[in-house]
Amino acid sequence: MDIKVRVWRQSGPSAGGKMVTYDVKGISPDASFLEMIDVLNETLILNGDDPIAFDHDCREGICGACSMVINGVAHGPEKATTTCQLHMRKFSDGDVIDVEPWRAAAFPVIKDLVVDRSAFDKIIQAGGYITVPTGTAPDAHATPVPKKDADAAFEAATCIGCGACVAACPNGSSMLFTAAKITHLGLMPQGQPERDSRVIDMLQAQDDAGFGGCTNAGECTTVCPKGIPLSLIGRLNSDYRKAITKR
Amino acid sequence: MAASGTLLVLFLFAHAAGNLKIFVGEADFDHYAHWLREIGVPLLPSGWFLWIQRFGMLLAIGLHIWAATVLTIRAKKARPVKYSHRPKIQGSYAARTMRWGGVIIALFVIYHILDLTTGHLNPVGGDTEPSARVIADFAPSHWYVTLFYVVAVVAVGFHLRHGIWSAVRTMGQQTSKGERRAKAIALALSVILVAMYLSVPFAVTLGLVG
Repeated sequence: MDIKVRVWRQSGPSAGGKMVTYDVKGISPDASFLEMIDVLNETLILNGDDPIAFDHDCREGICGACSMVINGVAHGPEKATTTCQLHMRKFSDGDVIDVEPWRAAAFPVIKDLVVDRSAFDKIIQAGGYITVPTGTAPDAHATPVPKKDADAAFEAATCIGCGACVAACPNGSSMLFTAAKITHLGLMPQGQPERDSRVIDMLQAQDDAGFGGCTNAGECTTVCPKGIPLSLIGRLNSDYRKAITKR
Repeated sequence: MAASGTLLVLFLFAHAAGNLKIFVGEADFDHYAHWLREIGVPLLPSGWFLWIQRFGMLLAIGLHIWAATVLTIRAKKARPVKYSHRPKIQGSYAARTMRWGGVIIALFVIYHILDLTTGHLNPVGGDTEPSARVIADFAPSHWYVTLFYVVAVVAVGFHLRHGIWSAVRTMGQQTSKGERRAKAIALALSVILVAMYLSVPFAVTLGLVG
């Protein structure tokens, strides 16, 4: 496959950036999108150019590191798929593909396609945890959890924190991410003691980090590589309402 | 947005139901319009209920616009650098047009009050009866006003299609089944409301009333 890619190049956090066009020739349709960038980078290095910086880690779709907006869609055209699991066969020979970083004030660009997602860590630090006594790990079945709740909590827990929801949101809101964490912990018995403070503190951390407000536009769930449903935001809203009325 | 929006939707339905009185007869419609001033009498002096309700509406509209403005400013700040490639493939048309749709509706409401409440922009205006103003407004020769009403009412329909569902979600609706139901109800209510509001101008234009 011969394609053209237009990639956002930005040399540093405070530098200006622009879209730069590259020709990529002889790519296998079975190559992943990241492998295509790897091949392009090898060419750039051989030519003495700066390779394109991008985040990647497991390349198995489970770590949440890869983060590219491909033709305006976070993680590209394939539904419920991370960039690393997207293959070039989903594109056609001769395509011009635009590749941009996540665009959000809370996710500043470090270099090229790499953004700083520590704002998500701040949200987790504010309440995305449970407090337990240290010591020997308890038996897995020590606290019974209804199967229905366990399944629903697990579905929410599949969120890999990649930030595609923020990248896609017209408001730059991280509500789906926060809602996934609220649901994941709030459905478990171990998550109950901090349930009220969790939702208040995590929403505050989210606002402080500079994310926008949610307007239920629903763009987040359509790009989420793990298919986190929009309904979890309703659960967050419900938890928040209960928490502030109890105060 | 949800709380103030709910009040506004309730008002829209009450207003639409009142409009349909014109199909009973022009005299009945005028009688209904005068009765609006007498609601609450003798507990309240004549006209008081209407003014209390007007201030309530103004407060709800103010809060609605204030919340929308805050959200818009936050959204602009949250994405200082725009995408160079941004297809409009996701989300519904209704969800994408909430902000500009809202502005169109606000401008329409101002025109609508100057037209049918105060009569300043009405072809007959003055001391005429409400039914006479409505009939003058939507006469076939005055087609551009009718067209503006149609555009504004359809904008309200789109606004509510996303707005009603979104309000339910804000209030804590959290199941996928309930989400489908809420979306269907929001669509049905929007279509019904648009039909109720458009029936009057269309009936006048076609000569079925007046």
